[in-house]
Amino acid sequence: MHQMNFAAPKTVAGAVKLLVQNKGRSKVIAGGTDLLVQLRMGKIKPGIIIDIKNIKEANQITIEKNGVRIGAAVSGAVVGEHESIKRNWPGVVEALELIGSTQIQGRASLGGNLCNGSPAADSVPALIANEAICRIAGPNGKRDIKVQNFVKSPSKTILKRDEILTSLFLPDKPNKSSSAYLRLIPRTEMDIAVVGVAASLTLDENNKCLDAIICLGAVAPKATVVKTAKKILVGKKINNDSLATLGMACEDTCDPINDTRGTIAYRTKVAGVLAKRAVQIAHTRILEKANL
Amino acid sequence: MNKHHVSMSVNGDPVEILCETQQTLLDCLRDELYLTGTKEGCSTGDCGACSVTLNGRLVCSCLVLGVEANGCDVQTIEGIGSEKTLHPLQKTFLEEAALQCGVCTPGFIVAAKSLLDEKPNPSEEEIRYWLAGNLCRCTGYDKIIKAVIKAAKIMREENEQRTNRRAN
Repeated sequence: MHQMNFAAPKTVAGAVKLLVQNKGRSKVIAGGTDLLVQLRMGKIKPGIIIDIKNIKEANQITIEKNGVRIGAAVSGAVVGEHESIKRNWPGVVEALELIGSTQIQGRASLGGNLCNGSPAADSVPALIANEAICRIAGPNGKRDIKVQNFVKSPSKTILKRDEILTSLFLPDKPNKSSSAYLRLIPRTEMDIAVVGVAASLTLDENNKCLDAIICLGAVAPKATVVKTAKKILVGKKINNDSLATLGMACEDTCDPINDTRGTIAYRTKVAGVLAKRAVQIAHTRILEKANL
Repeated sequence: MNKHHVSMSVNGDPVEILCETQQTLLDCLRDELYLTGTKEGCSTGDCGACSVTLNGRLVCSCLVLGVEANGCDVQTIEGIGSEKTLHPLQKTFLEEAALQCGVCTPGFIVAAKSLLDEKPNPSEEEIRYWLAGNLCRCTGYDKIIKAVIKAAKIMREENEQRTNRRAN
């Protein structure tokens, strides 16, 4: 067994200092639900594990002027109990809550799901569709980047070896907005996405589409925004015609792999179907909100 | 090897142990504290046999490092009921034959208790979703679900009696 140290700094600066000192031989732990499995399988052999749960910024939810900031290590269970996040970003909450079991929800975090860099990560398409922003801390201070630009390829992110993701910011949405996330798995719980689709939708006063972001998961090396979605939906009513065109655009965006979970053809077809349904759900949520 | 000094509360008792970084909370409970009621199944967070609560949250103890539990409150199966007075869940698991080999049972009872403590009257669907992370290869689950529903009823009645006694 190799020598492995552990530290639980109380400040971001303390964590960054440890990262700098250990020159890439460190691993940051939030919930640990992926990290401990990788450790056990011998996939990673860090010299030190740095626990960020004792850092206030990384483990709290704060309502800010223009949105909500969720600490990178806040567990799914805690996010799922937050009334205003549930109300304003239902797609993010339902994506996060689909990860693993009740037990996993007690630990797993948005930050961990993102940093793990899996193409099938459930919360990532939902964060991207909601235009979430990562706050990253390093030796030169803080920087903010879009979640969309965070993952480079499977398991690879833009984080430098002396940087940590401290929080995720969800910008406020206009009144007539909502979101949804749908995923297909062969069973009802406890599995990894064959396809995941997040939709964020905003309507104008005539209930025509004002803005739409569709992000696909598990059908490309990383979560992928459907670039033509805005053009297809904006200015139109959400109906069978506009959704049929959207479904085709989603199929065209797919670049999946064949594996035990699904074939290329199946994943591609399902992405279109789920996208249509996710937009419909977001649409219904907006209208329900308006009727309250 | 670097050993960490960990102090935590386990089933209400303060404990202190020395552990290595890679030892999970499950390893610490079983090998350092000899609390072998918590079982090791998959060690990857898929089976729920090692379920405990950590500061009141249900978790897989195989996915928590012992050193992460420093300063935390841990509740294990050993803190539920006693040989003389079984917890309602333990009683109904026996009555409904909700176990065969028994390896998953402590995890199911800890997980079900954490649900019933929060939600005294869950629907069958809620129970099934809550327990989706606990695997049983013997019973086919129906008997477990029945036992949880029955225990929930007993616990609600006991609660009511306690409230009535207090009111009188």
